This record gives sequence, structure tokens and C-alpha cells, in this order.
Amino acid sequence: MTAGMANLHGNHACALGAIAAGCRFFAGYPITPSSEIAERMSRELPLVGGTFVQMEDEIASMAAVLGASAGGVKSMTATSGPGFSLKQENIGLASMAEIPCVIANVMRGGPSTGMPTRPAQSDIMQARWGSHGDHPLIALAPASVKEIHDQTIRAFNLSERYRVPVMVLFDQVIAHLLEPIELPAAGSLDLVERRWANGDDGYQPYAAGADGIPAMTRPGDGHRTHTTGLTHAEDGFPTQDPDTVTRVMDRLLGKLDQHGQDIEAFECHDTKDAEVLVVAYGISARAARRAVRQARERGIAAGLFRPITLWPFPEQALRTAADQARSVLVPEMNAGQLVLEVERICRDEVRVAGLNRVDGQPIEPSQIARRIEEMAADD
Amino acid sequence: MTETNPAGFEIRDYLRLDLMPHFMCPGCGHGIALRALLWAVHELGIEKDELAIVSGIGCSGRVGGYIDANTYHVTHGRPLAFATGLKLARPDLKVIVITGDGDCLAIGGNHLIHACRRNLDLTCLMLNNEVYGMTGGQVSPTTAETRLTTTTPAGNTEPAFDACQLAEAAGAGLVGREVTMQTPALRNLIKQGLEYPGFSFLEVISDCTEIYGRKNDLGESAEMVLSQKSDMRPEAYGNVADQPFRPNRLLTGVLARNERPEYGETYRRHADGVANGGKAGA
Repeated sequence: MTAGMANLHGNHACALGAIAAGCRFFAGYPITPSSEIAERMSRELPLVGGTFVQMEDEIASMAAVLGASAGGVKSMTATSGPGFSLKQENIGLASMAEIPCVIANVMRGGPSTGMPTRPAQSDIMQARWGSHGDHPLIALAPASVKEIHDQTIRAFNLSERYRVPVMVLFDQVIAHLLEPIELPAAGSLDLVERRWANGDDGYQPYAAGADGIPAMTRPGDGHRTHTTGLTHAEDGFPTQDPDTVTRVMDRLLGKLDQHGQDIEAFECHDTKDAEVLVVAYGISARAARRAVRQARERGIAAGLFRPITLWPFPEQALRTAADQARSVLVPEMNAGQLVLEVERICRDEVRVAGLNRVDGQPIEPSQIARRIEEMAADD
Repeated sequence: MTETNPAGFEIRDYLRLDLMPHFMCPGCGHGIALRALLWAVHELGIEKDELAIVSGIGCSGRVGGYIDANTYHVTHGRPLAFATGLKLARPDLKVIVITGDGDCLAIGGNHLIHACRRNLDLTCLMLNNEVYGMTGGQVSPTTAETRLTTTTPAGNTEPAFDACQLAEAAGAGLVGREVTMQTPALRNLIKQGLEYPGFSFLEVISDCTEIYGRKNDLGESAEMVLSQKSDMRPEAYGNVADQPFRPNRLLTGVLARNERPEYGETYRRHADGVANGGKAGA
């Protein structure tokens, strides 16, 4: 695709964002409603010298992505709920072995096979805790076709910089929504390239400097390192020594902490004096935006806080946005997931309530507007 | 004995010596398989920097970590899938998968049949010790019927896989089997696998003396490998009728060749055709 205006589906915008970010390997498995990402990648990658492979299952496609990334190539996969479940074991390996990778998860109704062609936002907690054990990762939630494109690029940048799996979570509605977007010119983007080890003899693959992020190596660079999902010391080899494990796990689990400024993205609309604050993400945030505007027109001091980064959650930003709030409303297309995080952060100061739909239908602005009015009247 | 102590091959040149002593049990056949592999790598002149070893979980999964190369110890059953991504992204590398009977045939069975079908240039070394050794000796897909394991206390009632027949039927480019006792022959088989431009599936009949052997009263390691040897029939003997007293349970040597295009080459040719405006595969 050349630069300029284009009408794109969200799934196609995801694929084009990946190509623009430098993704040159995609392994996937067909699953509704994400398949168009794989289809588009199968067409685009050969044009830029990349490789597409449809693997035998979801597990294999995640494993192949890690193999390609370990080889030094920016890599991604795309899936939806059931496939996301299957990918979790290798997402854990990516976190543990610090192999950069991007996973697009086009959320659909669940649990189990659920409603493959209907939207949902029900993998928010699975994104965070789907793989066993404590593990670092980043999850982004774009709300438009344009944002899917841009956040997919950002996902690669964050993944390459911090060596964590980065998930791009959106839903069937935006995935299949057609919106005009401006595609950036090649060379106009700030792309993050992996920091490679410099060939020094003393290189340790999991020893980090002040930024907490070790330099990477790949076959052929001469370091001949070991990569394992076992708990490993700085030299990459397995260890069970409690002091060493504490040290390396502290770095692994804490490595994103000092980079919050760069990782956490969010938007605030009318939050400064908001007495009723809506916290919404993805497609639900678009309905919330309209509801907040309507509430303002009726004289209610409503505001919207829209996290774009869901994990790690922009905690301080929410506290600031909720500073004047007496109540917080969290509309989501699930039975109440991100609301738990919002409660954790601000339940001492304000009343937190959810607004939930699990019927495969997007939340409508009027639903949110009604709840805003009720909450404002209750205050 | 120059064959087993060949001039010019020093196994220490290929091992991470600071990890010694290794963790394999006394009598375990996996070390012999490792030696045969490194011997083959040496004789083919494969550079350690260009060598990537991908292994899964279990005793076999820990073998790769001792090799002074680019080593990846990944999730259970997934080394073939990981290696597929690595080899497609980095066709310049020599990628060897070391896996076990549980890793490859049970939890990783789907990846095996599709790796065979795809025929990407990988060499898969399946160390078959007929048991889940790492977890304490449970029944595996290659455990012989009637054998005792910790999960078949009255003897195994399930039939075993013939992994080579499976690989051949699934389309693997080259299929072979050897016992650890025939180390030079094993080295030769691995060399053929490494030189084959496509997917080669090599089954190594290894032995788990400490757990499986002890449980089934199969004797010490020497007795186990001797009985393994006598249970096998070299493929080169053909279907001769003059061995009526040999059970001839399994064949050894190169057992199948499916001459087919290597997948990485095919994909890159297809991709180049598309990039140059032609039709796929043009």
C-alpha cells in the first residue's frame, strides 16, 4: 500500500500497520473474526521479502512466531478468543525468555466457541493473566481503524524495546468496520529496532543495564547463547538458587515499571471537573464519548478516561482523571473485567460501577447516557 | 577402534564444558546420541555459530543445552513449530530439533505430522527411550505393550507407535532409525539427515536404564543396548527369510525417502514471483 488516504477494515489496518512497523514474519491459523489479518499478511509479506506461514494450529503459530523472532525478525500472529487461549503457553515463554512478539486478538463473544461473528471485550483479564505464573506483558486497546494501524506499529516498537509480548486487543466491530485512514509515508515513522549485543566476550544474554532491558543476540552473531523457559540466571542457563531467582525475577517482573511514561497511553475528555467519570476502552469508548457529550449538554459534569494501554494499567493517570469524580462508570462488553482494576485503583475515593453487555451487541451511547444521569442524580 | 575415536573429532570442542557434569542418569543413551550428533556435525564441517538446536521438554529437551551452539529449550511438544519459524526466518541456519517420544509423538504429534508434510529443511532427532523419564517413568506413546511404568502398574495395555512409519506416511523427506549402540552407524544416519535438503526424521533408540530398565528388569545399560540391537534388523538386510529366530521388531537405517521439493525454497520462489508481479509459483 502506498501512502495517502485509504478506506480500510480494522483487520487490514492491523496488517498494514505491522508491515509498516517492519514485521517480516507472520504465522497464523484461521479464526473468525481475525482471519483477514492473516489473509492480508499472506499477500503483503512476499512483497517486502517477508514470510507468511499458516501453521497447523494456534499453538504452533505462536511457537513459530517466537522462533522467527529469536532469529532476529519482527514477528506477529493474530487470533481470537479460543485461539488466544491456546497461545497462552508460548506467550508465557515469550515473557520468560524475553522474545519480542505481537499478538492481535480480535475479541469475540465467549466463553468457549461463544459467538464467533459477534463482538466482545471479554479477553481483558485473559490477556493479563492467561498464561501461568507472574509474567510481564503489554496490552493495547485501539478504538478505531486508524488507531488499530497506529497501535499495531506502537506494539512492535514497545515489544522490540522492552522484549515483552505485546497484545493488540480489539473486537469484531472495529475489525470489520470500514473507515478512512491516512497511511503514513514510508520513512516517516519512528521505528524501534532491537538493541543487539555488540559481540563482546563477556556478554550475558539476561544481564541488563540501568534500563532493565538486556541486549539481544541471534544465531550467527557469535554469542551462541542458551534460551529457555526454565527460570534462568543472567547467563541464560537454568537456576533454582533462591537468591539468583529472586534477583532475576525482580528484574523481569519490574522491567516495565520505570518505563510507564513511554508505555502507558490514554486519552482524557472533559475529566478536569468531571463528577461522573466514564472509563471505557475500544469500541465502547466511542459510545461513551457520545454519551459524555450528551450529558454535558444536559449540564452534567461528565468526563471520559480512555485507556489505550490496558496493561500495565495507567494507574496514576486514572487517579488524576478521577480527582473530582464522585462516581466512576466502566462500560465494557463483558461481565465486568477492567472494572476490577478501576475499583482497585479508586474505590477508596469514589463509587465504581460497571455497565455490562454479554449479548454480542455493542453498548449503545443511550445506555451509557442513562447510567450517567442516574449516577449524577445519586450523588 | 579408530572409528569410535576418530582423528580430528574432539567432543569437548562442541560442548559447554562449564555445565559439566551433565544431569543425565548413569546408563542413559541420550549422551551417546549427543556424541553421534556432534560427530556428524564435525564431519560435515557445520559452524557452531550457524547451528541452532531447538528442543522441547523432558530428558531429550535438556540434551541440547550442553551443545556450544545457538540453543533453544522451548515449550513441551513445540520445538518443531518453533524451529519452523526460525528456519523460515533464517534459511541460512542449520536447524536441528532434539525431541523425545513423549515430546514429539504425544503432545507434539500434530507438529510432527505437519513438519513431515511441509518438508522444511529441518533435522529432527527423536530420542526414543519408551518412557517419560523426567517426570518419573510414566507410559509414553512408544512404550511396548505389557511394560510396567508408574502409570501402567499392571502393564501397558496400549499399542505403541512406530514413529518412522508415521513420519513416512506423513511425507517426511528422509526417515531413519538407529540404536545408540551402533554409534558410527548413528553418526552416518545423522549425517544423511543433515545433508538431506528437506525434513529428515531420525529416531534414535535410546535407553532409560535408571527408571524404565529397572522397573522392567531389563538389566544394566549394556544389557539394554544389546537387547535393543538384537531386536532391530538393519534395513540393508532386506526382507531375508533366513532370520527366523530374530523378532525383527523394527528396522534400522534409512527407511524411507520421499523426494519432494524443500518447503523454504518453494515459498521463497513463490514470494519472489509475487514480488516481481508474476503469479504465485511462477
